[in-house]
Order: sequence, then structure tokens, then C-alpha cells
Amino acid sequence: MDKSQGRSAQEAPAKELPNFVTASGHRGLQLEEKLIFEQGVPGRIGVDVPDAPKGAANKLGAFARKGTIGLPDLSEPQVVRHFTRLSQKNYGIDSGLFSLGSCTMKHNPRLNEKMARLPGFADLHPLQPEKTVQGALELIDTLAHWLKTLTGMPAVAMSPAAGAHGELCGMVAIWAAIQAKGEGATRRRVLVPESAHGTNPATAALLGFTVDPIPANERGRVDLAAFEKKLGPDVAAIMLTNPNTCGLFEGDIKKIADLVHAAGGYFYCDGANYNAIAGRVRPADLGVDAMHINLHKTFSTPHGGGGPGSGPVVLSAALAPYAPLPYVVHGAKGFELVETQRAGTSPFGRLKGFHGQMGMFVRALAYMLSHGSDGIRQASTDAVLNANYILARLKDVMSPAFAGGPCMHEALFDDAFLKDTGVSTLDFAKALIDEGYHPMTMYFPLVVHGAMLIEPTESENKESLDAFIDSLRHLATLAKKGDQADFFHAAPRLTPRRRLDETRAARSPILRWKPAQPPAPTAQAAE
Amino acid sequence: MGAGAYRHHVPASVDAIIQRGEFLTSYTPYQPEIAQGTLQYLFEFQTQVAMLTGMDVANASMYDAATAAVEAVQMANRVTRRGKTILSGAVHPHYRETIETHGKFSGFEVVSLAPNLDGLAGIEAKLDAKTASVVVQYPNVFGRLQDLTALAAACQKAGALLIVAIPEIVSMGAVTPPGDMGADIVVAEGQSIGNALNFGGPYVGLFAAKEKYVRQMPGRLCGETVDADGKRGWVLTLSTREQHIRREKATSNICTNSGLCALAFTVHLSLLGETGLRRLAGLNHALATTLEAKLAKVKGVRLLTDAYFNEFAIELPRDAGDVVEALADKGVLAGVPGSRLWPDDASMAKTLIVAVTETNTVEDMDLFAAKLAEVL
Amino acid sequence: MAELRFTKDHEWIRVADGDVYEIGISDYAQSQLGDVVFVDLPEIGKQIAKGGQAAVVESVKAASDVYSPVGGTVVGVNDALTADPGLVNREPTGAGWFFKLKTGDTAQFTELMDEAAYADYVKGLG
Repeated sequence: MDKSQGRSAQEAPAKELPNFVTASGHRGLQLEEKLIFEQGVPGRIGVDVPDAPKGAANKLGAFARKGTIGLPDLSEPQVVRHFTRLSQKNYGIDSGLFSLGSCTMKHNPRLNEKMARLPGFADLHPLQPEKTVQGALELIDTLAHWLKTLTGMPAVAMSPAAGAHGELCGMVAIWAAIQAKGEGATRRRVLVPESAHGTNPATAALLGFTVDPIPANERGRVDLAAFEKKLGPDVAAIMLTNPNTCGLFEGDIKKIADLVHAAGGYFYCDGANYNAIAGRVRPADLGVDAMHINLHKTFSTPHGGGGPGSGPVVLSAALAPYAPLPYVVHGAKGFELVETQRAGTSPFGRLKGFHGQMGMFVRALAYMLSHGSDGIRQASTDAVLNANYILARLKDVMSPAFAGGPCMHEALFDDAFLKDTGVSTLDFAKALIDEGYHPMTMYFPLVVHGAMLIEPTESENKESLDAFIDSLRHLATLAKKGDQADFFHAAPRLTPRRRLDETRAARSPILRWKPAQPPAPTAQAAE
Repeated sequence: MGAGAYRHHVPASVDAIIQRGEFLTSYTPYQPEIAQGTLQYLFEFQTQVAMLTGMDVANASMYDAATAAVEAVQMANRVTRRGKTILSGAVHPHYRETIETHGKFSGFEVVSLAPNLDGLAGIEAKLDAKTASVVVQYPNVFGRLQDLTALAAACQKAGALLIVAIPEIVSMGAVTPPGDMGADIVVAEGQSIGNALNFGGPYVGLFAAKEKYVRQMPGRLCGETVDADGKRGWVLTLSTREQHIRREKATSNICTNSGLCALAFTVHLSLLGETGLRRLAGLNHALATTLEAKLAKVKGVRLLTDAYFNEFAIELPRDAGDVVEALADKGVLAGVPGSRLWPDDASMAKTLIVAVTETNTVEDMDLFAAKLAEVL
Repeated sequence: MAELRFTKDHEWIRVADGDVYEIGISDYAQSQLGDVVFVDLPEIGKQIAKGGQAAVVESVKAASDVYSPVGGTVVGVNDALTADPGLVNREPTGAGWFFKLKTGDTAQFTELMDEAAYADYVKGLG
């Protein structure tokens, strides 16, 4: 490395962290934390449990649990400290800019959390008499109304538990419509762009459809000519994301919809990127038959480290009769929850227990009502503006995957700028971690070599975007020096853990803690 | 109320922890270096679930019990390379309907037995060389505990997997776990620990299996490993089973799970510990038998369940749905009537399913019994 | 060692004994996959058509189907891969073999690429 005087911002930090050993194993605020199973003393308890009433009968029969379960006994302060320490090893949107493309990591307003905890929503049993849950049913109906209004679609299925579940719901509705037309045996093929989310082909395959990939053109959109050639009487549907996973608007989308409709198929739209167009484009106007909406993306319900989500699906008039059970209607007795088939409808059945992700509905509606239509429009506008700002400010040091023209809500780069540097997309992303950022989405979409997909969302202001861009420019310039491969390979250095050995984890999986000593005799052994 | 969702006391510290921004606003832990917090609690969650159910391994959660049951059925289809499942007559109708829906479009055969207090009745007669799995519930939808050992042996003999669904996971603090009775896959509703009723969701599906089936399991799995410095750490592992890699050949299309609900579960169960869970389960059971004794004295009430945990079924002299509506007007949420769960089956109309937890006082029970006597 | 032949999907095949063939994945295939962590082998006795899916090989980041270069009946599998999947990386065309197939149609073998042709093919992939 060049050790000349007057160190510029382009150089790697020369000083490593102080490397002395502490007696505790902790390193200042980086606290090592054992598993809960390695802590505790039998008999401790972190929550008061009253004594059982005296003289109550025991009706467990022969089923009383014998032997120990193996759970550790801890006090409340121990438990709170344990999980607080764990939280400090995590990066969230609250920690900093979360550039993970395709995942829409936007700010989660705490108003949403407060509303979801109102006892009139949180403490309701799902099977209470309808007359005691009118408010909850009205909330579902109101959220459904606004989802329909925003998308221009006539119907919405509220019960799906997440995006992929919504996708399944939408595709089952298409499947059911095809069955109803007597074309179940012939319409077996689903067209999916190569750039699609993995859930799309997985969902189509679950339904027994054959997945037929459609190539992208050099502009990152669906290759219309190739698509037309693939159409035929055996095509059940096309599954398309818009804006697509390259962060680009599919300009031919109406033509695609018309063509697939003319061929007797349906148009499933993956709504994962709806945050780019919410309030500005109505999917109904694009010819969409079904589209799921990730409430945990567009409508700011928290990602929670991987869930829970919620994935309502808006449906066209052609698919509405096949919507799953249950659903809410407004009738003579107020709001009713329809849990069985009614005349004139052909619901395809139930997709999960109870009625949907109520807690997420409350949060999403709180977001909608607190933003208003102007706020939702501004959010999607700003999300697109932020992504374009990133694209514009990085295109000279990184390599945009598709030159020319603006992007939507995501800026996509390939790894051409890393050619011959010995630095891979993965290395580059890991170095970004040391800079204090959650990396971008890597190696997705598959159609772009070494893809880096950056979605800043509307939550970032100009200062935070500039700081993020400065870090990326620094790393890109550093990588391009050509002799920094070792520096990048070793990243990250400053995290609670460095790169983890995934091969070891997968070859001989350890998926649970086990006591060093064999546990106390189990039920069978004791008898 | 019960029937798959239970109102339990959730300590305030659970909510305080899950609202920490580093948990609440984080993503799926695909970047393990900056997600060790999430990964470590998922590893703890998997361990707790395996311990509770008496199984070898568990995954990092599903949406809810009903969807977990579907995943279990599909996993059994893959393991056995067969395509028929038999559903006990005492499986929660929502679980049954969700499995039936998936059977329709995925092309596996679902044999659903008619509602029956005896959840084991009629199953063995239907077992054949095409059967991939048998799904039973424990405690069953009527609250009843039944020995599954003989059924497990019969399944094994027929080459089918025994799937056991647990609607109320607190029960595992008091009763023999399905793993000790030979279950191959156990799914459960985890809502009872750490999570509010929320009018039905979000909940957290638990999924546990025998070790030999681990590579056929759906959903995310967190595993132990070491980092570049040799320090213990955690990663998502065996992810080649999942949709983002396998695409159309994935074991499931599941992507989002119930991470934060799993955290709530893990925090609450850590607060309880062995001692607390045992005590809580014991209290639930004692309160349930206390209420049962009070209801037994109401004229016209017939008890239907012999061995049970915190939920039991009674038969009323008239339509249970009407009784529940009348009691609601008197400020009592009595339970779940048969007509709500089996609207098409008149034989269930007089059945009422009643659950009791630590949130019910003896005074509540006296009120319930008194008002029930009034409306009957 | 007997002569190796290759498919475009990067499987290799060689005569093990008479009409029994040994099949695995090429050195190029293992290098593309990275560290192999699991191999799902076919059941003995299974009939597989030429080009039919026979096994699955998994690395940390990818899972690939392994297709049978010839049609026939599975007569043996390499159980050593279960305990040590890394054999596929270390000795792809040796101890890292996948399964053995008995075939009635030995002519299928000679239609496949020989080592030189396969080397050219791989070179062409860049």
C-alpha cells in the first residue's frame, strides 16, 4: 500500500484495532453473550406465576410430563440483559441506511406500533362472536377499501400472511379460474422473467405449473419478441414484477397484459416493488389480474428480523369470485366475516388459520391515514428520486447495469468496475459493513453479473445519502487501485463476528444447543 | 376462548425487548456479521421448540400452525414419495381446511375424517401403501389428550409419517411431548407464549422434526459455526432448500417468517424457564379443572372430555352458538361453539369448547357458571 | 483408470465393470459449485432415463441437479459422500463418484464427449 504522507480518504485505515486481550472476553461495548442455556440457576424465575387454587382436580391422566424439559431458569434482569446485548449485535433501519434492494427497508413509524397495541385490536380472540368485534372487522374493511382504491382493483383478499403467501393466493385464484373454465389440463405453463424473485418460480411450481423463463432485453426489460413467441393456448399466466427487479419500469407492460389476455392467460404482478409507484400508478390500469402487496414494505410495517409480514392480494373482476375464505362483508347486521362458501362465489378455500395478519393491518392503516394520499404519493416520488440520485452520483466510479435512462426506486450496478481487481461483489459488500452500512442486495437479479441492487427508500435525507455515497465512492476507488484484494477479502473487520464459515455450518449442521452432559433420564427410561 | 388461540399474560419486558429498533427494524439475517443478535435468538428459539416438543430439531418459524401443518404434509410427501394424507376428526377445522386447500392445487389426496371426540378413531383403517402422512392434534380440538404411541407404530409399519399438531404450546409444560410418543413431525401454534391474541394474527408456527428429515424441512434454519477468527457464531444454513436459491425446486415458497413473534416467544419462555413454565402449565390445568367442576353443576351440561390440559368440551342442551351469543350480551365470552368450527355439521351444534388460562380468575368462573345457568 | 466421457451438463461417466458405469461431476463443475456440503443420491434399483434427474449436489450457495448421461438402473451409490461431501471437491473424478448404473445400451456411452472435446467445450464457456 502507498504510504505517502497526507493520507487521502481513498486509502484503507492503516491502524488496526488495539489487539489486547480482555479478561472478560468483552471488548468495551462489544459484549460477548452466551446462550441462555449456558446461563441460569435452577429455581430462578423471571415472571411471577400465582399458586394454583387448592384442591383442584388433576385430569392430565397418564399424560403428565416426566423428566425435565431442559429450559434454563433465569431472573428478569438476566433475560432483559441477555436480549439487550443480542440486539446490539444487530443492524436495523433504526441503526442506519439499509441499502438492501428489493426489500424496501423504510422507516417504521412508531405510531403504527402504538395503534397495533390498542387492546381493542390486540386482545381480541379471533373466534369471538361477530357482534363483539365490529371495530376490528371495520378496520379490515377500511384497509381493504384503501388498497382497492390505490390499486384501482375491484377486490382484495386480506388473509395471506406474507408476500410469498400472497403470491400463492393470487396464483391459486388464477389456477381456480382456469379450472372453472375447464382448461386445467391444458393451461400448464407459466412465463416468468429470468430476473424474477425466487418466490415466483417456487410458487408456480407448487401449483404444478411448468415454469418457462423469459429473457430480458439489453435494456433490462422483458424481451417482447421472445415473450410473444412463448405465448400459446397452454399459457396459464405471466408473473411479472413492476417496476422489475432491475429497478426499471416495464414500459411494455400494457402490451404484455393485452397479449397474455388475448392468449387466454392471466397477468400476475409481483407487488414487491409497489413502493415505487404507490399513489402514482394504478395496477388496474396496467391490466393486472392479481397482485400482492407487501404491507411490510410499502406500508411500513416492521420487518422484525424476517417477519411477520402480510400480503393482501388485489384481484381483477375475473378473479374476484375465486378469492379465498374468509373475507369481510358489510351486511344488514353490520360487518360480517364470511367463513363458508356463499351463493354465487367459488372461493378456493382457506389459506391459513383465522383471518389474516390483523396486527399488520392496524399498522398499515395507521401509516396510510397518517400519510394521506398526498403523503403516499410523495413517498413513492422521493423513493425514486433518492435512487436516481445514488445512480447519478455513482455512475462514474461504479458500473450501472443498464446505461441510459433513469431508474425507478432501485439503482442497479454490475461488477464490471471490479474487473481484474480481485475484489468480488461479496467482498465489496462486506467492506461496506465496516463503513457502517447494511450492504445492498447482491447477486440478484440473476440477469446481471455480480449484481448490486441499492434501494435507499424515501426515508433517507440528502445528508445521509451523501454520506453513504461517499463510502461507496471511497470503496470503489480503493478497489480499483488493483492491489487491495486482501483488504476486501478480510472484510468485515469491525463487526461482532467476522465472516462466518458457512461450509462448516452446512456440512455438519448444529441446529440446536445440547447439554454437555446427557440430560436426566427421559420418560421412557425412568419407567 | 381457546380453539387454537389463547389469552395469556405476556410480561411487559417481552414487549420492551421486541420493540428495540435493532430487532424490530432489522431484516432477515442474510448478512450474519451484522445480524448475530437475530441469529442467536433464532438458535435459542429452535432449541426451545425442540425441547418443548421432544423432537431433535426445529426450524426458525412458520406463519402459524395451519400453514406449518401444510408444510409438514408436503414434507411427508417428499420424504415418502407418496401423496395421501389422513386427517384426524379432531384436528382444528382451520388446519384441516388449509391442508385441503393446498391438496386441491398441489395434487395430493386428503382424507378428512368426520368430527369426532376420539381423534384416533378410524385412522388405522385408512392407512395404506399410498399414505404419506397422518395428521392428529394433541391436545385435540376438543381439548382431549390421547396416547399416540400405538398410532405412531402403525404409521411406521405402513411407511407413513405421523404429524402431530399442538394448538396450545403451554401444554408442553405439563404433558408428555409428542416426540416421546413417536411423532415424526410436530407443528404447533406458538402464539400462546409471548404473543397477544391480535384477532388471529400475526402468530408463529412452530415446526420440529426428527433429525433424519432435516434436509427435507421447510423454512429457515439457523446453525452454529465459527467466524474467520475462530469465534463461535451463527448463520442461516442449509439454505439451498429455499426459494431464493432453488427457485422452482424449493421445498417451499416460504420467504418471510414470523421472526419477531419468534423473538417474543423466546423472550417469554426465557423469563419463564423450566420452573416458570411448569408452574404456569400447572396453574392453567388447575384452573381448567376448577371451571369444569363448576360447569358440571349447571343443569343440562354434559362433560365430553376425560383427560385434558386447559381446554375441554361440553355438550349443552341447546344450540351452543345461541348460548354464546346470549352470554356475550351478559358480558361473558363463553367459548367457541361447534357451529363456528363446523357450520355444516349439525351434530356438533350443541358442543361448546372452553379454554381457561391464568388470566381467568375464580370469580370469572363463578360468573360464567351463573350466567350459563340463566340462559340455558 | 478407464476412459472418461462427459456431458454438456458436466457429468462424467466411465466403465466400471462390463455394462456397469460409474458417474460423477467434473472438476469444472465442482469448481463452479464451490464447497460441496451435501449430495442426495438415488435409491438403488431406481430406473433412470438418459438425461433424467439422478442426484442433487448442494454447495453453500447453490443446488444443482445431476443428470444421468445414460439410461439404466442404479446398482450402487457412493455412501462415502454422505459423511464427507468434500470428496466431490477433492477428487471429483475419483473417490468423489456419485452412483453406478447398469445399462443395456452401451452405445450411449460412445456418443458422449471425450476428455479433449469436453476440455474444448469448457474453454468455450469462458
